Amino acid sequence: MTAIDETPAEVGKARTRKEDARLITGQTNWTDNITLPGLVHVSFIRSPYAHARITAVDLSAARSAPGVFAAYSGADFAAEQGSLPCAWPVTEDIVIPDHPPMAVDTVRYGGEIVACVVARDRYAAADAAELVDVSYEALEPVLDMEEALAPGAVKVHEAGNKSFTWELANGDMDAAFRDAPVVIERTYRQQRLIPSAMEPRAVVCAPLGDEYTMWTSTQIPHVLKVMLALVTGIPEHKLRVVAPDVGGGFGSKLQVTGEEVLALLLARKLGRPVKWTETRSEGNVAVHHGRDQIQKLRLAADADGRIRGLDVHLLADMGAYLMLVTPGVPLLGAFMFNAIYKMDAYRFNCTGVFTTKTPTDAYRGAGRPEATYAIEHLMDDLAAHLGVDPLELRERNWIKHEEFPYTTIAGLTYDSGNYEAATAAAKEMFGYEGLRKEQADRVSAGSPVRLGIGISTFTEMCGLAPSRVLGSLRYAAGGWEHAAIRMMPTGKVEVVTGSSAHGQGHETAWSQIVADQLGVPFEDVRVLHGDTAISHKGMDTYGSRSLVVGGTAVVNACEKVRQKARVIAAAMLEVSADDLEWADGRWSVRGDPDQGKSIGEIAFASFAAHALPDGVEPSLDSDATYDPDNFSFPHGTHLCAVDVDTETGQVHIRSYVAVDDVGVVVNPLIVEGQVHGGIAQGIAQALYEEAAYDSSGNLVTASLADYLIPSAADLPTFITSRTTTPSTLNPLGVKGVGEAGTIASTPAVVNAIVDALRPFGVSDVEMPCTPERVWRAIQSARAEGDAQ
Amino acid sequence: MRISVMIDGVRYEDDVEARLLLVHYLREQAGRTGTPIGCDTSNCGACTVLLNGRSVKSCSVLAVQADGGEVTTIQGLASNGELHPLQQAFHEEHALQCGYCTPGMIMAAVDLLQDNPRPSEEQVRDGLEGNLCRCTGYQNIVRAVLRAAGQQTEVSA
Repeated sequence: MTAIDETPAEVGKARTRKEDARLITGQTNWTDNITLPGLVHVSFIRSPYAHARITAVDLSAARSAPGVFAAYSGADFAAEQGSLPCAWPVTEDIVIPDHPPMAVDTVRYGGEIVACVVARDRYAAADAAELVDVSYEALEPVLDMEEALAPGAVKVHEAGNKSFTWELANGDMDAAFRDAPVVIERTYRQQRLIPSAMEPRAVVCAPLGDEYTMWTSTQIPHVLKVMLALVTGIPEHKLRVVAPDVGGGFGSKLQVTGEEVLALLLARKLGRPVKWTETRSEGNVAVHHGRDQIQKLRLAADADGRIRGLDVHLLADMGAYLMLVTPGVPLLGAFMFNAIYKMDAYRFNCTGVFTTKTPTDAYRGAGRPEATYAIEHLMDDLAAHLGVDPLELRERNWIKHEEFPYTTIAGLTYDSGNYEAATAAAKEMFGYEGLRKEQADRVSAGSPVRLGIGISTFTEMCGLAPSRVLGSLRYAAGGWEHAAIRMMPTGKVEVVTGSSAHGQGHETAWSQIVADQLGVPFEDVRVLHGDTAISHKGMDTYGSRSLVVGGTAVVNACEKVRQKARVIAAAMLEVSADDLEWADGRWSVRGDPDQGKSIGEIAFASFAAHALPDGVEPSLDSDATYDPDNFSFPHGTHLCAVDVDTETGQVHIRSYVAVDDVGVVVNPLIVEGQVHGGIAQGIAQALYEEAAYDSSGNLVTASLADYLIPSAADLPTFITSRTTTPSTLNPLGVKGVGEAGTIASTPAVVNAIVDALRPFGVSDVEMPCTPERVWRAIQSARAEGDAQ
Repeated sequence: MRISVMIDGVRYEDDVEARLLLVHYLREQAGRTGTPIGCDTSNCGACTVLLNGRSVKSCSVLAVQADGGEVTTIQGLASNGELHPLQQAFHEEHALQCGYCTPGMIMAAVDLLQDNPRPSEEQVRDGLEGNLCRCTGYQNIVRAVLRAAGQQTEVSA
């Protein structure tokens, strides 16, 4: 039984956020705000080379500079710094190279830490860093994945440039392709992206005796604490990690960084609190990047467009090292290339490749946007090949709503969905038929500005993750989440969650859930998170997991509170517990609702503890750890219309409609905000962003002046709506929303551009679709057309 | 160099290095940490404050340039416990998620509405071009600014 059935007062309400009060008034506690007595500042010296041998590090000038406490090279820490962890050894024979937080003899990407300076303030530290003299012997960079795998290639690591090959296959691929009426072969490139959370990273670490507290701009305080203990050997119970207000993450702060490990070691060595705050340009080279795959795809279909088989070969750029979940990121896509479609055979083969670039790791969507892009682009290509409407083609292939639960060719069981409903709603709002007519009119009029319509009927696997599944994929940890409810004597409630919010609005959403579950006012609930001394257990926030997994843990903890309260209420009312029923925050006698006790009254009775039944503990406090049985599967239909100026290559998004089905919505305001922001990041990949390297391996987009994050002026107004197909897998019926927009929008936009240009013979434009690339695609298609 | 600056209604007099950025002065010497730093190339606008009534990116101004001037940060915007209409509108329209860009975004919007009290949606988008947000996709920020300008938001859900 859940209280939600009876008092649906809070879940579903567009509550404005509790978090806002401090954020809109500047009362925020960002890590960089923290100052402590005796605090000293760290500046890191980073490699200017993509690949080089360190021949000498001269720290003498830096050490004697004013205000400098210490300066160290990697060699000074070689004995104690350990190796940064990779928690996802995806195959038995995976190559996981040693990854010292501070390079000792070789640097393998521009931006790798080679030395550090500790000084009384950040200006003194920056000045002294300029005095550190590092001598390098330059080595050849390794920048191209295919060249990296070729025989005789320069080696990034002694063991070579291949980290692993991982394969998943199901169905008879030979049969699927044998005599297939249609075979489409494509190669798509997922460019490298820089996650670019608005708050640059920062870390403060303070020693107290042999104990250490670290404040850090992280998504994962709990995971980080365990990993810091494992890497440094400092016992876990001597460590406390706090994620104070964290200014966005998008996966980039799902990491155990060299800077964090070194801050801890420096605090220990110097016996005083240390602080490091990243500059944006430092972050662009040093924070892990996202995406960067070459996708080779073959799709076999019948003449009517029914998919027979899909063969996926990926090269995934790991960058120079494997970080926390680097090798696992492309594998999250392994289960998603087949998407919402039925097919007879599927194969996914992925090779992780080392290059001398910044390591890659999770970035919003992590493996799933890449997969969704590929299949949605392929579906459009197949539709164009067959001359059928791309929505019609999708409908012929997708899982019908009455077929759920449905086990896909990739082996996942989707619990629920209704692709028909989301698509019908999106078509209607978009004015699909009218736009198709306008598109045809412009083609026949020979208009230089063409209209393109892009489709993305996506799903994603969220709610990471069932621990058993993670285990079967060789991930080192589980996917559960913890929650605790503290009932206070005055009836107020503290919720302790193992999720670690950094913009998602947990304080508001969790309050709504608990208000319903315990029948207390929304205002009476306080949510605590992000401090391992308060929230002792947790798996933190990433992979659209907080509500699905963490929210369910909250519900389960509330149920335990209610059951404890029931026993005490029965004693207070002098009736049998079996005669009580729960409604609106009260246990009352069945058939006599006036005879009852509110949860607040029961909390006070348990606090006073004067008249508790024998053997009943004087506390309602409860906790729960929830491990999901399955992922959740949000889905949706996104439609995008673009005007493409074929003379200049300029793309203008004319309209964007998103209908998402994320199951039951706890707070529509928060969900809509997540969808908006997600769409914006996906559009950014489609049109604007790329981490670009020159031929020497220098990142040429190392500042926000060069890496083009879209502004308000670059983005359209999104028209959003929802269908609601509750998840059957958790008591709230929720599915997760954090990554949906990003996964959906990139293919919607690129499909629209390609759709506008198909009459010219264009079948792909490489991302980001800048005016130059669009224009060149048209020119080269025209040239090919003329040649034929 | 000795400077005298009025910050959110309080006069500060300090010795500063000539090279000290205004944003570092605000955060580290004056303790006004409500104004954050998001980049080092003056692209993101997170550090936007009002200097003598006009918005500036405080990472692109030296503390000494503020000598004799008046600085208003996000922490000085509310008066007598009443949120500024833009703060209220950002809250009501859910115009922030992580909130890191919010101080700068609001201060830039204050200046925008000073110049153009009844902006169109497009004018708001263009006017906030120098302030980056990674969370919201800007839609609710635009709505909030229009709302604070006393306009029915024309932006559909």
